[in-house]
Amino acid sequence: MREPDGRAIRFGLGYWRKPGEPAYADAMAPPHAILSVEGVCKSYGALRAVDGLTFHVAPGEIVGLLGPNGAGKTTTINMILGVLAPTAGRIEIEGIDLAVQRSRALAKTNFAAVYAPLPGNLTVEQNLRVFGLLYGVPRLSERIGEVLSAYDLTRFRNTKAGVLSSGEQTRLSLAKAMLNRPRLLLLDEPTASIDPSAARDIRAGIADFVDAGHCGVLWTSHNMVEVEAVCDRVLFLSRGKILLEGDPKTLPREHGAASLDDLFVAVAHESVQGAAAE
Amino acid sequence: MTGSRVAAIVLRQFYLLRGSPQRVLPIFAWVAVDILLWGFITRYLNAVGRAGFNFVPALLGAVLLWDFLTRVMQGVTMAFFEDVWSRNFLNFFATPLRTSEYLAGLVTTGVATSLVALVVMLVLAWAAFGLSFAGIGLAMAPFLAALFLTGIALGITGAAIVLRLGPASEWLIWPIPTLVSPFVGVFYPVTILPVWMRAVSAVLPPTYVFEGLRAIVAGRPAPWEGLAIGLALAVVFVVLACVVFAAVYRYAIRTGLIARYSAESVS
Repeated sequence: MREPDGRAIRFGLGYWRKPGEPAYADAMAPPHAILSVEGVCKSYGALRAVDGLTFHVAPGEIVGLLGPNGAGKTTTINMILGVLAPTAGRIEIEGIDLAVQRSRALAKTNFAAVYAPLPGNLTVEQNLRVFGLLYGVPRLSERIGEVLSAYDLTRFRNTKAGVLSSGEQTRLSLAKAMLNRPRLLLLDEPTASIDPSAARDIRAGIADFVDAGHCGVLWTSHNMVEVEAVCDRVLFLSRGKILLEGDPKTLPREHGAASLDDLFVAVAHESVQGAAAE
Repeated sequence: MTGSRVAAIVLRQFYLLRGSPQRVLPIFAWVAVDILLWGFITRYLNAVGRAGFNFVPALLGAVLLWDFLTRVMQGVTMAFFEDVWSRNFLNFFATPLRTSEYLAGLVTTGVATSLVALVVMLVLAWAAFGLSFAGIGLAMAPFLAALFLTGIALGITGAAIVLRLGPASEWLIWPIPTLVSPFVGVFYPVTILPVWMRAVSAVLPPTYVFEGLRAIVAGRPAPWEGLAIGLALAVVFVVLACVVFAAVYRYAIRTGLIARYSAESVS
């Protein structure tokens, strides 16, 4: 694979960017960034799960966080959600330092992840009511009705979340994620258990919400077709570092790959080789 | 502290209790069985014991107060375990919820369920065995307050232990009241304990409650000074428990335990 100027791209230990250095010039925090991640590291003993990550998400932007298993995607999302403390670095949500004003920062955030289903022993409506109170959603009953309708869950209003199909549970997680009209939306494999038709509707719904300038989105997925359709920009992570960054439509061509899928495979391959070399 | 977030934690527990008789029954069923068991024992002891001594207030009263403390602790820990069992930590702690609000929600739930248990025990002990605290009246308040605060402290400490050691450490939590009971003299004066056990007793708030109860039953004036010490110690215990929980929470955030408890089956 080659850089746009023709020089061979170097992965792994020969990575061309110094650790912690912004991936691109535009990575300097814009004053209006919804999410600002600056030099964030997470170490577990000698293991560096995330290594000097710096990136930003602007309003109305959907940023894909891609990478093979163990690249540091979920660790990064957990740090932005405030459930994992970085070893170093700084995370700001709409200019609010997460480490200093955690509660205020998280009030502007929400998330949906396949590994965090809502409590199965509460009904759909009870779950939304509890989380609506936690996020301080005004006119909660009205808002619950809106998200139930938007995610086709109205008929499950009084059904225990635990008996929903995995696709319905994913839709419930997304409904919860949109409940407080977040400024920053974190989506970890948001359409993983959803049929293609429903997934397309959900992607369209989220894109509309973002286009209206309501929020910025950090989106992880292993579905490269989805990523290409939805994301304005992607960050390829490998062993806790940003390896590549750019427009998902042009990035494969810029690096000599036929498709985003091929680029992903190359990054994953490099990750395995790099880990073996270390 | 934001009221709506505390209310969210309480509401979640209310929803669970409302839709689940198997959760409601243990709130009062086991304490009712305890009152019946000890009620009959005291009745038997009154029949065979020396004339003039009434075992009902001494033993049954002690059982009632001890069960109240245990119920308060279990009310707090059960509310916490609901989040352990449903792997809900990530969902909750990725919201604006503060640990103080979470603990306030757990404690409020513990208050509500233990008050139900207390009313059931008082009514049953009075109706079946003639035990009444009416003669003591409002003077019961400091007794109950000391036990109530101790139960909260034990409940929060139990939650901290499970958060630190993992869901499998749940079995360590349930026997805590049983481990404490020999030291606090639920059924006997602490003066009969060995010296080293008395040293432990002196720092446990329930010791002063049960000593006070025995003094009143024996017709002596209530030892208010001792009760004041017990209350002060109970407040210190609650503060220490909150500090321990906050420290464990910070550890869990530093090491990723919160996320792991949600995503994986861990020991």
